[in-house]
Amino acid sequence: MYVAVKGGEAAIANAHRLLADRRRGDRSLPAISIDQIVAQLGLAVDRVMAEASLYDRALAALAVRQARGDMIEAIFILRAYRTTLPRFGSSVPVDTAVMQIERRVSATYKDLPGGQLLGPTFDYTHRLLDPSLLSDEEIDGPLEKEPLSEPLIRVLDILAGEGLIEEDGDLPQDHIPGDLTREPLEFPLERDLRLQALARGDEGFLLSLAYSTQRGYARTHPFVGEVRIGEVEVELDLPELGFAVSLGRIQVTECQMVNQFKGSAKSPPQFTRGYGLVFGQSERKAMAMSLVDRALRAEEFGEDIVAPAQDEEFVISHSDNVQATGFVEHLKLPHYVDFQAELDLVRRMRAEYDKKQAAPELREAAE
Amino acid sequence: MRDNVPETTGLATYNFAYLDEQTKRMIRRAILKAIAIPGYQVPFASREMPMPYGWGTGGVQVTAAILGPDDVLKVIDQGADDTTNAVSIRAFFQKVAHVAVTTKTREATIIQTRHRIPEGKLTEGQTLVYQVPIPEPLRFLEPRETETRKMHALEEYGLMHVKLYEDIARNGHIATTYAYPVKVEGRYVMDPSPTPKFDNPKMHRSEALQLFGAGREKRIYAVPPFTDVVSLDFEDHPFEVQKFDKPCALCGAENVYLDEVVLDDKGGRMFVCSDTDHCEDRREHGHAGHMLANKEAAE
Repeated sequence: MYVAVKGGEAAIANAHRLLADRRRGDRSLPAISIDQIVAQLGLAVDRVMAEASLYDRALAALAVRQARGDMIEAIFILRAYRTTLPRFGSSVPVDTAVMQIERRVSATYKDLPGGQLLGPTFDYTHRLLDPSLLSDEEIDGPLEKEPLSEPLIRVLDILAGEGLIEEDGDLPQDHIPGDLTREPLEFPLERDLRLQALARGDEGFLLSLAYSTQRGYARTHPFVGEVRIGEVEVELDLPELGFAVSLGRIQVTECQMVNQFKGSAKSPPQFTRGYGLVFGQSERKAMAMSLVDRALRAEEFGEDIVAPAQDEEFVISHSDNVQATGFVEHLKLPHYVDFQAELDLVRRMRAEYDKKQAAPELREAAE
Repeated sequence: MRDNVPETTGLATYNFAYLDEQTKRMIRRAILKAIAIPGYQVPFASREMPMPYGWGTGGVQVTAAILGPDDVLKVIDQGADDTTNAVSIRAFFQKVAHVAVTTKTREATIIQTRHRIPEGKLTEGQTLVYQVPIPEPLRFLEPRETETRKMHALEEYGLMHVKLYEDIARNGHIATTYAYPVKVEGRYVMDPSPTPKFDNPKMHRSEALQLFGAGREKRIYAVPPFTDVVSLDFEDHPFEVQKFDKPCALCGAENVYLDEVVLDDKGGRMFVCSDTDHCEDRREHGHAGHMLANKEAAE
């Protein structure tokens, strides 16, 4: 049996060796560099950063390369690294109102101060395969214009000015945000933890849930108040200094969804909010997140909970793709001890069944 | 042993036994609470581990938190030391903690297991760490955590008894063969992890400390040494374990859990000990089953 143990070790080592070979692929081609992944597969890198909850493009790109482009695997690798990092403080809330904007669109107003800024979007591209990309043709640089001197007003602040939309969050000022990576989740959640879970939740899962709310499973009458993508400053309060210092800038995508609300006994008719904020550029994820956030606020507004997207325990318990993939895929691990027990039971029950089936004939024969 | 841990240089360096000391302290606190309330599921801030959820991340975190440089570690999966995941977890701790490892149940101070309890009686000073997929024994009766926590708090276990009763009404006997629910020290109903119910009696008043880690579900629970662990049953339908018709084909052991090994496509089967160390140990002591005897006679 000692030999068998060694055999297992050798098998694993050989499998890893083969994996490394497949990862590298054809040696006559140059290896893809981390810089290339960061520069040319930027949205893949963004997704890995977002769902791993770690803002580091180079490490995310390394994870993408190591995972052979398997996004969930890359997210997993980066998260397993993140979890070993010490936590030395919480940043000051980032202020998206003073974001250095690259894209900003609103569906609720035709025009608004600052205008609609399309930015680097796929939205109006025609999805025709582009043969010119087969060769490395010269690409024109972008047009540049003067940076905006004033910060762009947030669309929802326009509505808030009229008092037609609910207050932005009602957690008390001294509320210390939770950290779901450091404390066990306990349902029901406060909205801060819920948003945290959604922000690292699987893009596909949230997208489908969000879609379900549009098809009648917990309808929320949404309008995109605003989507904005750009860079924000991350600041940390240093008690020794008595003021916040800048740690650097990160790119984020923010979506503020405006939802109809007829009002209840507690609150007047007004618009309500769904919120999405994601690392990097990921409009799909930010929008899906804001739809699901709003759907999950059903109880807060006294709405009937009738659909999966409104069910906090269901949504949050199953939104984490690293957990989900682990538990689904663990079924391939050996289960033969339990299967033996089931085999024994089915054989026994089958024997009893066969005996019963045979019994009537016996009775007849005796008659 | 700590001297062997590589010094901190940049990115990929890790603490003794992988987890940082703060995390270990958090897990130890959860373990202490779990020991103080036998069978109660203590929520803990489970970390992402460098192996997937479902591969034993809970057990690995518990082991990492209690492992010291002088410990001797044994890892089994399905009772065997040579299953790939057991090999992998053992290699992990050899790499990140440089601890001594063994396949001998008797020599181990910590045994991490998936799906089995070793056949040999565990002794004082040993710790058995279980990998747990779903810690909540009531989960498949009530999917909501908010509800099941309430049911435990109120000791409201009627639903479980009804389920077992329905089994009897339908099949004439209880149709749960593994993860068979137990009551710990007369208070909490506990999931023994998906061990076959054959192993349940071994938990009762065990001399070893039994710790259970569920990583994905973020729960730790414990059965301290010499604690009552009683499998749920009815007076007229007492708890029974699986019985095998034949002894182990290699070592001749009776009253042990056996794996069915398919020999050919003509219905040929042999039954051998699932606990590989137990089987090996018996053979070393001169016990032989009929297949082993045949094999030797043929040689």
